[in-house]
Amino acid sequence: MIESAGIFEYATAPEGVRPTLRDRYGHFIGGAFVEPAEGEYFRTINPATEEVIAEVAEGSKADVDRAVNAAREALPAWSALPGVERAKYIYRIARRVQELSRELAVAESMDGGKPIRESRDVDVPLAAQHFFYYAGWADKLGYAFAGGGKFVGIGEDGAPLTPALSPGGEREQRHRVISPVGVCGQVIPWNFPLLMASWKLGPALAAGNTCVLKPAETTPLTALMLAEIFEEVELPAGVVNIVTGAGATGAAVVEHPGVNKVAFTGSTEVGKKIAHAIAGTGKKLTLELGGKSPNIVFEDASIDQAVEGIVQGIYFNQGHVCCAGSRVFVQESVAGEVIAKLKRRMGELRVGDPLDKNTDVGAINSAAQLSTIERYIDAGKSDGGAFWQAGGGVPSSGYWCRPCLFEGVQPSAVVAREEIFGPVLAVMTFRTPAEAIQRANNTPYGLAAGVWTDKGSKIFEIAKWLDAGVVWLNTYNKFDAASPFGGFKESGFGREGGVHGLRSYVTFG
Amino acid sequence: MTTIPASPTVDAIMAAERAKSFTTRSIKRESKLHALKLAMSMVDLTTLEGKDSPEKIRSICAKAVTPWAGHDCPSVAAVCFYPSMVKLAKELLAGTGVNVASVATGFPSGQYPLEVRLRDTERAIEDGADEIDMVINRGAFLSGREGVVFDEIEAVSRLCKDSGAHLKVILETGELETLDNVRRASDIAIAAMLASGLLDEPGAGFIKTSTGKVSPAATMPVTLVMLEAIRDAHARDGVLVGMKPAGGIKTAKQAWHYLVMVNETLGGVAGDGNPWLSPGLFRFGASSLANDLLRQMQKLKTGTYAAGYDFSEA
Repeated sequence: MIESAGIFEYATAPEGVRPTLRDRYGHFIGGAFVEPAEGEYFRTINPATEEVIAEVAEGSKADVDRAVNAAREALPAWSALPGVERAKYIYRIARRVQELSRELAVAESMDGGKPIRESRDVDVPLAAQHFFYYAGWADKLGYAFAGGGKFVGIGEDGAPLTPALSPGGEREQRHRVISPVGVCGQVIPWNFPLLMASWKLGPALAAGNTCVLKPAETTPLTALMLAEIFEEVELPAGVVNIVTGAGATGAAVVEHPGVNKVAFTGSTEVGKKIAHAIAGTGKKLTLELGGKSPNIVFEDASIDQAVEGIVQGIYFNQGHVCCAGSRVFVQESVAGEVIAKLKRRMGELRVGDPLDKNTDVGAINSAAQLSTIERYIDAGKSDGGAFWQAGGGVPSSGYWCRPCLFEGVQPSAVVAREEIFGPVLAVMTFRTPAEAIQRANNTPYGLAAGVWTDKGSKIFEIAKWLDAGVVWLNTYNKFDAASPFGGFKESGFGREGGVHGLRSYVTFG
Repeated sequence: MTTIPASPTVDAIMAAERAKSFTTRSIKRESKLHALKLAMSMVDLTTLEGKDSPEKIRSICAKAVTPWAGHDCPSVAAVCFYPSMVKLAKELLAGTGVNVASVATGFPSGQYPLEVRLRDTERAIEDGADEIDMVINRGAFLSGREGVVFDEIEAVSRLCKDSGAHLKVILETGELETLDNVRRASDIAIAAMLASGLLDEPGAGFIKTSTGKVSPAATMPVTLVMLEAIRDAHARDGVLVGMKPAGGIKTAKQAWHYLVMVNETLGGVAGDGNPWLSPGLFRFGASSLANDLLRQMQKLKTGTYAAGYDFSEA
């Protein structure tokens, strides 16, 4: 007989590095940290312990005004710098993010609750990669777009500069003029705080714009650490300004008349309000909003790897992912096997201290988000879905939700239609490819989709019909600075990442 | 011919990604010592060279019984030699609890007539081998003659069952190349051992990655796919099939990456606990791994690394 040698246990492996954090942060305006005009501060807490980490300035209209003015003042000099010089600053930022990667990863996990494994292996390296990638474009803007052009900065009068005369005194008529948009107001969410900052700042700075960035109120710390990096690398004052605060601060950024372009990542609800607010103002807008992305598993998929993909799709970052694969459609013939294997795999996910390197699923970002998730779980139960949650405990303090799923969900159920932004999966079945496509597209959203099959021809056929900005084939939640990301339908418009991401940060004259 | 169950396809990229995730688990001090001792107890201390001498066999057998004299360290699970050394090894290890494994069936190529391969196996068992490490007919597998592969494994498996020996079926995954092939060969081997009745005894049949004569030998994705085949066989037929990655596992760190993989792939599959975390169902085929395990044990005890020459080379 087999003698068991005892259970193989992991011990906790806490990340040892502690970032240097201040007790109190002001806004970062005009190249320095400044006190908020109205003297108000709010607390940012660690959602895994509910302990206060730091106090952060509450941004008022006056603060936003000051930040926009600083960005406006910095614009002519920054946009007129040769591209290669702007690139040097952005490369310096990228290198410094790499050098401080452990500190940034720990701060990100402390402030937002995500496991250190993810902040260390995904968030911070990708943030650095975005800065590196866009630094490379800064001196190639004339070649970035079909038809080419001549990149020029913005003058003191706010208009694009006139291209220089050729040696013969002739103005170059062959080229159209490409110029920065101007001052960009950027409002980012709490699920990937540093990464979203890099998505927004990288292309904006490369294209000669200046920025006012408003991080989410629950996760402002890594953006403020980024501000310290800007100080260190001597980024010219006012090129990036960071104003912290909640929704009202974000609204002040969006509505400020000195802002030329608004870039927002967040909920569809807020995105719609922003679209209303700036309608008719002439401001440019890109929105990266919510999703209810389908992950479609065909019977000829590699089942064990598809199960892995389902787990990555929905339980990555506690499901706080705009492109989370929150609806899984499994072909009926393999539904039993897939669900059984999925549940076993979910049982292997380690939920707990985000700073433990063995943790797979960390803390829910905030008390408010936890109550939203719990409300959705209740709604799913009353809609008649079969609820299943992986066993095991959670820490006594902090905000936690163990990975869970609903089986037998009908497409009309709330958990199949609305974005939950938590580790809650809706499992549905289908019989034919046409039914899979029809069910997958039956949503107001269109951010991402996953297709799992070992058959190449089927992959391309299905992908063609899915209304989604990104379709992952036999993989999920993969990001790269060179690849555009964005939505269809109510998931927003405009693209971030890749050369496509530059397009929103220039104007053609 | 008994039917071989349909095999699922394997997506190589996601399998590699999952395999890599096991390497980022951290194991702390107390668990590490447990893991190191567990790994030591799972080692098949191996030499498979044309120049193997009786003296080398004596050295290895002594090392197998007492890897670290004067310290709290378990014996290894088995030694693994060519058939010509089995008799000697059996004499040396009598009463020690360390098993004698013999490669057989025309190891490493298997390119011999079936009767020669079967006779090879019989001889090794007659000489006292407790465990037989056979090779599959890769030529037949790669040409699609799965029935031939199945029948040959079943024949060897019957010999083992009838004589009470255990069997490890070497797939030689380095020659199979794709993970789809690895999965298929695993399923064939398990089905053949099942058909022979060998698997009535838990742990009597193993699947094994490699001979050590072909590169690449054991890799984590390959082992993952084989563990998944073992898991699915348990769900389907209720059998406990063992696993032996062999070749290329040289460091303690690699060994516990494999243990983490076993822990997370087979934990809870057969009731509470994990019977695969024991030498009865999991082995490492290795020669230099044992001394690195000792180095790490010493590091845990003293805080300093020993030099290579501080431990006996078997």
